[in-house]
Amino acid sequence: MTSAPVLALRGVSKRFGAVQVLTDVELEVHAGEVVALVGDNGAGKSTLVKTIAGVHPIDEGQIEWEGRPVNIHRPQDAQHLGVATVYQDLALCDNLDVVNNLYLGRELKRRGTLDEVTMEQKASELLSTLSIRIPSVRIPVASLSGGQRQVVAIARSLIGDPKVVILDEPTAALGVEQTAQVLDLVERLRERGLGVILISHNMVDVRAVADRVAVLRLGKNNGTFPVHGTSQETIIAAITGATDNAVTRRQSRTAEATQ
Amino acid sequence: MSNNIETPAPAVQQAVDPRLLVREQGFSGYISEFKRKIRGGELGSLPVIIGLIVIWAAFAASNGNFLSASNFEYIAYYMVGIGTLSIGLVFVLLLGEIDLSVGSVSGLAAAIFAVLSVTHGVNLWLATLAALATGAVIGAIHGFVFAKIGVPAFVVTLAGFLGWNGLMLWLLGDTGTINLPDTGLIHLFGGNSFFLNGDISGAYILAAVGVAAMLFSSLSEQGRRRRAKVPFRPTSEVVLRTAVLAVAAFGSAYVLNLHKGVPNNLVFFLAALIICDFVLRRTSYGRKIFAVGGNIEASRRAGINVAAIRISVYSIAGFFAALGGLVISATISSANQGGSDPNNLMMAIAAAVIGGTSLFGGRGKVWSALLGMLVIESINAGLFMLGEAQSVQYMITGGVLLAAVVVDSLSRRTQKSSGRA
Ligand SMILES: Nc1ncnc2c1ncn2[C@@H]1O[C@H](COP(=O)(O)OP(=O)(O)OP(=O)(O)O)[C@@H](O)[C@H]1O
Ligand SMILES: [Mg+2]
Repeated sequence: MTSAPVLALRGVSKRFGAVQVLTDVELEVHAGEVVALVGDNGAGKSTLVKTIAGVHPIDEGQIEWEGRPVNIHRPQDAQHLGVATVYQDLALCDNLDVVNNLYLGRELKRRGTLDEVTMEQKASELLSTLSIRIPSVRIPVASLSGGQRQVVAIARSLIGDPKVVILDEPTAALGVEQTAQVLDLVERLRERGLGVILISHNMVDVRAVADRVAVLRLGKNNGTFPVHGTSQETIIAAITGATDNAVTRRQSRTAEATQ
Repeated sequence: MSNNIETPAPAVQQAVDPRLLVREQGFSGYISEFKRKIRGGELGSLPVIIGLIVIWAAFAASNGNFLSASNFEYIAYYMVGIGTLSIGLVFVLLLGEIDLSVGSVSGLAAAIFAVLSVTHGVNLWLATLAALATGAVIGAIHGFVFAKIGVPAFVVTLAGFLGWNGLMLWLLGDTGTINLPDTGLIHLFGGNSFFLNGDISGAYILAAVGVAAMLFSSLSEQGRRRRAKVPFRPTSEVVLRTAVLAVAAFGSAYVLNLHKGVPNNLVFFLAALIICDFVLRRTSYGRKIFAVGGNIEASRRAGINVAAIRISVYSIAGFFAALGGLVISATISSANQGGSDPNNLMMAIAAAVIGGTSLFGGRGKVWSALLGMLVIESINAGLFMLGEAQSVQYMITGGVLLAAVVVDSLSRRTQKSSGRA
């Protein structure tokens, strides 16, 4: 990589009361690169995402944007830089319909008033590219299934003109076809020169689309690996913190059983 | 606005779910959609309209004078004061919060107006402006303490309820009552001021303008949606909606004309409702109010300044409280110690909820203020005609309020179970 990373975290720490959730975390994302962020439950992945998105300001360290240090205190700051985030808890307003959720905070206007027609038109187009079936873009989000809600949240991050897209377990609730669509989408984002941070517990998905895998363990970096040329075992060992872990033990047990 | 990242791939055909309840075309589609909504708990204005008809029928059966033009004129005139307080409360309820101070603020605003204009001889319009600005600033203070310091809104506005009442009593001093001359805004809001001086044409002009505006905006929206190839209301539905409005508008005009015409304070009330409805449904500010009422954290993450929305909404409630205070003092031609009667507060909250605005936030319309006040004022007028004591009025209005919140809670439950809350 020659140019500066579009987004870089330098020694970021975050504490909630007595819990040190993130300690000196380093992370770099270049334009046109997909970085997978993996780690066990509670490793601090979602918290890291929220610090980048401005939901929780960082305690220590520095966030750099295109090589320049920036301050991200509020979600607006991250949005203005060009960070779009799909949160693990989706963060949708249940009482608003799909169109209103997609455009929440950046409504299209026509002569000073809301341009519902154009928003509805674009929303339908966007959702059909993600091949999701939604009864109507005018029903409240509360009446959608978990996967439909997740696709709405993903679609929302594509409105506007982000430079970095962060997806926190975007396929957790999705069916086979929708998962494939989201992975396709991640590849399209990369082709368009965006930086993508993808959080997932699914190693198959991660290996399918990511360029690099960054491992977080107990709130600290535990290695960054290029996807090509790194074995699955190495990554799992980094996630669990030992070569002798539940995953390898289970594998050897099943191997013995089949012999 | 920049382009979406996604340009739809032509290969992707529109995915249509076979289980989808497709709405039938034309009028039968409208009826079946309507039935589905009722079953799903989206009751909208239906319970209150049914309730209003029942109330009118009951009073008409027990007193022949209830359905007289003069009685409807009385209802239309006296509902405006508290109805104006109720407009502000709708904004607050949409956030899922409450404002207990509006009654006291309305009394204080009337007292400020009276003291400035009568006691100190300040220009009438300047005094009006001072009263309204005081209301808005007081509301903003409540909003600030709630949004920035984090004191529950209930407690902040309860403190305001007591404190501003005290300030009003102090301002009015020993005499306790200041009579207001029939000029300026007080004349406009008073009982002797009618649209076009009560000329027969006045009421019909208002009705015609309202119906034409609704028809024009529905048709132009239908055309725009049709051209953009998104679902649009069939013409039959547009015609039906316009017809319902036309019957209500021209019917009211006819009845009011039988007596003295359209009181000017009602014209102001309707104008305020139309403006607020526009702000809530057509502007991004209004959209943000609904969003904060639905999910505070999601709104914050979407980049909405939640504190600014809260402060501004409480300021709007304070402004309408002050405006309502001026209307109330105009109807009684004085500012007195009863100006911040706690019953006004209870009636204003009751009106918003009876009219269909949810106590749980994120759901409601500003028209609730009108519908709810029609119910409350009809009950008051009817019981007054029957010679019932105030005690009975309170008990019945209390019962209606309870019924309204029960309907609100039940419809929320139905909406949850049919996945729409
Ligand atoms: N707002 C908060 N206040 C206090 N502690 C928190 C808060 N948010 C997260 N934590 C703690 O921070 C740690 C990391 O949580 P985080 O949600 O970042 O994990 P994660 O890596 O996303 O896990 P998962 O894979 O389960 O989503 C957890 O121990 C959690 O309890
Ligand atoms: Mg997480």
